[in-house]
Amino acid sequence: MALDKAQLAQMLRTMILIREFDELAIQLRVAGKIYGAVHPYVGQEAVAVGVCSNFKVSDRVTSTHRGHGHCIAKGADIRRMMAELFGRVDGYCKGKGGSMHIADFAVGMLGANGIVGGGLPIACGAALAAQLEGKGDVTVCFFGDGAAAEGEFHEALNIASVWKLPIVFVCENNQYAANNAVAVQHPRVDIAAHAGAYQIPGVVADGNDVLEVYAAAGDAVARARRGEGPSLLEGKTYRWHFHAMRATPPPETRPSDEIASWKARDPIARLEQHALGAGALSAAEMSAIRERVKADLDDAVAFAEASPFPDPKDLLVDMFAE
Amino acid sequence: MREISFQKALDEAVAEEMRRDPRIIVMATDFTGDPVKEFGPARVRFTPISEAVLTGMGLGAAGCGFRPIVNWRMVTFSFVAMDQIVNQASKIRYMFGGQADFPVTYRCTTGGGIGLAAQHSQSPYSMWMHLAGLKIILPSTPADAKGLLKSAIRDNNPVVSFECSRLATVTGPVPDGDHLVPIGVAEVKRAGTDVTIVGLAYYVQEALAVAEELVREGISIEVVDPRTLVPMDADTVRASVRKTGRVVIVDEAPATCSAASEISALLVEDPDTFRVLKAPVRRVCAVPVPVPYSPPLERAALPNRDDIKTAVYAVLKDSLRPV
Ligand SMILES: Cc1ncc(C[n+]2csc(CCOP(=O)(O)OP(=O)(O)O)c2C)c(N)n1
Ligand SMILES: [Mg+2]
Repeated sequence: MALDKAQLAQMLRTMILIREFDELAIQLRVAGKIYGAVHPYVGQEAVAVGVCSNFKVSDRVTSTHRGHGHCIAKGADIRRMMAELFGRVDGYCKGKGGSMHIADFAVGMLGANGIVGGGLPIACGAALAAQLEGKGDVTVCFFGDGAAAEGEFHEALNIASVWKLPIVFVCENNQYAANNAVAVQHPRVDIAAHAGAYQIPGVVADGNDVLEVYAAAGDAVARARRGEGPSLLEGKTYRWHFHAMRATPPPETRPSDEIASWKARDPIARLEQHALGAGALSAAEMSAIRERVKADLDDAVAFAEASPFPDPKDLLVDMFAE
Repeated sequence: MREISFQKALDEAVAEEMRRDPRIIVMATDFTGDPVKEFGPARVRFTPISEAVLTGMGLGAAGCGFRPIVNWRMVTFSFVAMDQIVNQASKIRYMFGGQADFPVTYRCTTGGGIGLAAQHSQSPYSMWMHLAGLKIILPSTPADAKGLLKSAIRDNNPVVSFECSRLATVTGPVPDGDHLVPIGVAEVKRAGTDVTIVGLAYYVQEALAVAEELVREGISIEVVDPRTLVPMDADTVRASVRKTGRVVIVDEAPATCSAASEISALLVEDPDTFRVLKAPVRRVCAVPVPVPYSPPLERAALPNRDDIKTAVYAVLKDSLRPV
């Protein structure tokens, strides 16, 4: 399944955009321009991009607290994402949600979620809707390794299997849930092994290799489209930064050699090398992509800053449907 | 007296109680400080993210002779454990005819005001108050936090400790030694004669600040802190209101079916208090809306000092109206 030049360029651009968006979000939070908590996705870009590159707009995703990458990969507009982080009216949720609650229903991004495991049941509902509609649309549910310890994970896998829902459960195993290593929380470090209990395919992919994730997710999405039911796909990956920050980044608690070994497997550098080696993209083209990303982010910040804060008078707007 | 933060006071309470009683074990996804160093991994348990099972394990181990402290961290996460809280913890002792005690403490942070948006800014203690079967503490100062949490840990029933996020870094004097604050005893935090403000958690300090400001206008405010929501010390609150004849109840939960509603009812349904009321009871609570992220909206959703002052003026004005 060789990807053409345009597809590779698109993947690379999206991964760089995700990384730079979150690096910028950290700076903006330190500067006090955005509020609340920020959970950077840096290091995990290949999972969101590899999975979502299989998608149509009508496919849907649910996301997590670490959701900016899923949002961008599903095609959300970074200007409206940025405005949401800034708490402005032009943000996706008109400033009501912030980083942990960005959604863009128009592109099938059904929302980031502040509750670990909270997206799994909702994703099953979206998959049920797709099954009833019968148009072959698929739902992908992103969640972390930590979420696999929640009852909602097991309930979701069980019912999805029994009902053959068109869903792909994508576990981003970044080796930690907050400060707790996977081995402290799970009897086995492969979350995909849970698939066996629910009689669905369970696949482990190198979550720092976008092409491998793309191919594995492609199989699972195709299976779901054919009506053959759910799959569990686990991407082994690593977050480069802290779990979450508020006013200041917390100190690093993980071993430095572990961090270094994962950084050596930088998913963006690996895709760049692949593209160069295959002669698909030149160094000049890649630096043009980076410049373009930078300009787009500057533009997003300008858009956010120009957008007004919500009027306190509108506090109750959106409470109930008409 | 030593001045320490609210958070430190809570940490001290747990550590002191663990030293006292080896049957105390603690379970959470994370801890402040390094309690494993002193108490070892058998008693300090880092858990998977599994609130339902942790909540029930706390109950089960309590019924079998241990004294678990389960820290949900944010009250938000406790909702994953609704069955264990609502159907099990609050009912287990009574339902089985008092055959066993269930000395489990559930801890959680609560409240908004720090930009964390709807899911992470909740103050749902009245949901728990409603259950009949859980004791509930809600301290407003480091000293009360320490003293109440120690009492909660020693209590032979499930107790939920709500720990206001906005107070975590607030410092205050805490007595040395084995400082205990009894469960079910309110405290008058400031004496006054014109209006009683009943504040909860963060809003005790806001009420005290308002009281200080209003001295300049010749208004004398009494501030009462219930400190425990179940059992509620109605006597102390009523005694204050009987003295002032006017009351404003302040809390950051929305007013509907709230602790503020309960306090209001406890006042007006008591004939001796009702007869001396000079003005209708006023509640200053959050707007009934999921707490929004954007600062201007969040500020509009939660009560502030101006809202408290406005309510104080209102009860003073209402009481001047001819009957
Ligand atoms: C039900 C629930 N419990 C606890 C939390 C607090 N919390 C937020 S993120 C997190 C760690 C999640 O780990 P994982 O699922 O592996 O996702 P990651 O952060 O690694 O992306 C925890 C414990 C929460 N948000 N929801
Ligand atoms: Mg994780």
